[in-house]
Amino acid sequence: MGQQTIKEISSNELLAEVLHLKNDGYRLVAITCTCKDGMELSYSFDKNYELLNIRINIGLEEEISSISFIYPFAFLYENEIKELFGVQIKDIAIDFNHSLYKMAVKTPFRKEEGV
Amino acid sequence: MGNRTIVPFGPQHPVLPEPIHLDLVLEDEKVVEAIPQIGYIHRGLEKLVEKKDFQQYTYVAERICGICSFMHGMGYCMTIESIMNVEIPERAKFLRTIWAELSRMHSHIMWLGLLADAFGFESLFMQSWKIRERILDIFEETTGGRVIFSVCDIGGVRKDISPETLQKIVGILQLVEKELKELTEVFLRDTSVKARTKGVGVLSKQAAFDLGAVGPMAKASGIELDMRTQGYAAYGQLKFKPITDTKGDSYARTKVRIKEIFQSIDLIQQCVTLIPEGEVKVKVTGNPSGEYFTQIEQPRGEVVYYAKGNGTKFLDRMRVRTPTFANVPALLETLKGCDLADVPILILTIDPCISCTER
Repeated sequence: MGQQTIKEISSNELLAEVLHLKNDGYRLVAITCTCKDGMELSYSFDKNYELLNIRINIGLEEEISSISFIYPFAFLYENEIKELFGVQIKDIAIDFNHSLYKMAVKTPFRKEEGV
Repeated sequence: MGNRTIVPFGPQHPVLPEPIHLDLVLEDEKVVEAIPQIGYIHRGLEKLVEKKDFQQYTYVAERICGICSFMHGMGYCMTIESIMNVEIPERAKFLRTIWAELSRMHSHIMWLGLLADAFGFESLFMQSWKIRERILDIFEETTGGRVIFSVCDIGGVRKDISPETLQKIVGILQLVEKELKELTEVFLRDTSVKARTKGVGVLSKQAAFDLGAVGPMAKASGIELDMRTQGYAAYGQLKFKPITDTKGDSYARTKVRIKEIFQSIDLIQQCVTLIPEGEVKVKVTGNPSGEYFTQIEQPRGEVVYYAKGNGTKFLDRMRVRTPTFANVPALLETLKGCDLADVPILILTIDPCISCTER
């Protein structure tokens, strides 16, 4: 497999970094959220089979901006993360407002502090 | 501007094997916008890593989807093997490739049948599924299962295939190839099939890239994106080129899948020629610590697995980004401007797998 890079940035730098990658011809591959001691969001991009991951770590209640105005199809990933983990993402191009998945439990993948 | 109406499509519909809902905004008979609703069968399988240890999770990964079951197991195992620096035996790599390509064949042949069924060509549907049975028989003979095989394991594979059985598989595939040539001629030349697929649901190369399309959806629009070229399993030792087309319509997507079936036969034949003798599994000790992203090529396109281990037997996270999830935005684009009557065929041409999407 190709090389894998994980670049940690602050949530304030996210949009600028994503825009830079978009202009550089990168394809958005996935957005992955891990809930452990806060939220860890990994944005995976690919160009010529080289995987580049941008990572931000945020608090459980911290709000971040959507990247869907840069990569319009990111709306599905962002809605999923919002519904499963309860990450607060603002300005999603198509915001399903917690109705993408029909679930009995709200934010089932979220773990509260210390769990 | 014509009359605007909203027509709900799905979640239950004769062409949909699994539930997906679209709100279709129509102007007279033309679709101007489609708003998707998924989530009717979300199972939370990723959450199960908290209850099942990383060895047990191999069985869960296989159950993400009944069509790509082997490939899900393989992708998960490859991710854990990468985290734990496990090098699997060469023979296991070839066996994984053989089962993966057989899975691609049965998936594409099944899809051809579903497509024929969607436009009412019932005999074509039945012929397709009859041929597919031969592939399922191979699975049964080599693994004991027809849908879930449980042969992939962290460190290799659980079962070997004898040289006699490998030769028998080659013989069956020669027969399948002959039957498929006859069958696929109908898909590619029949007037009624072409009437429903040619020039319908065109996705340009730029749109496919901008919308993150993968698999035959992207390849039919001229994007040469095939994770097998990165040489995982035994692919690095096989000769092949990704199959692409430039038209980007439903016909091109059908053509790409048909060519991929024949390519799979060729790849399996290469594997049988090159497969070395030896062990099929190495012993794996310890627990995974670290993280890894794996990309492999399923029948529907690129799938991404992510696992994060913490040194215990339970993973912190296991994530799968499936190809159908990636292809939904491209589907919405192809629906714009199409006739209402073409919507079922267009949904089928992304080869949707809702089980994968709602793992």
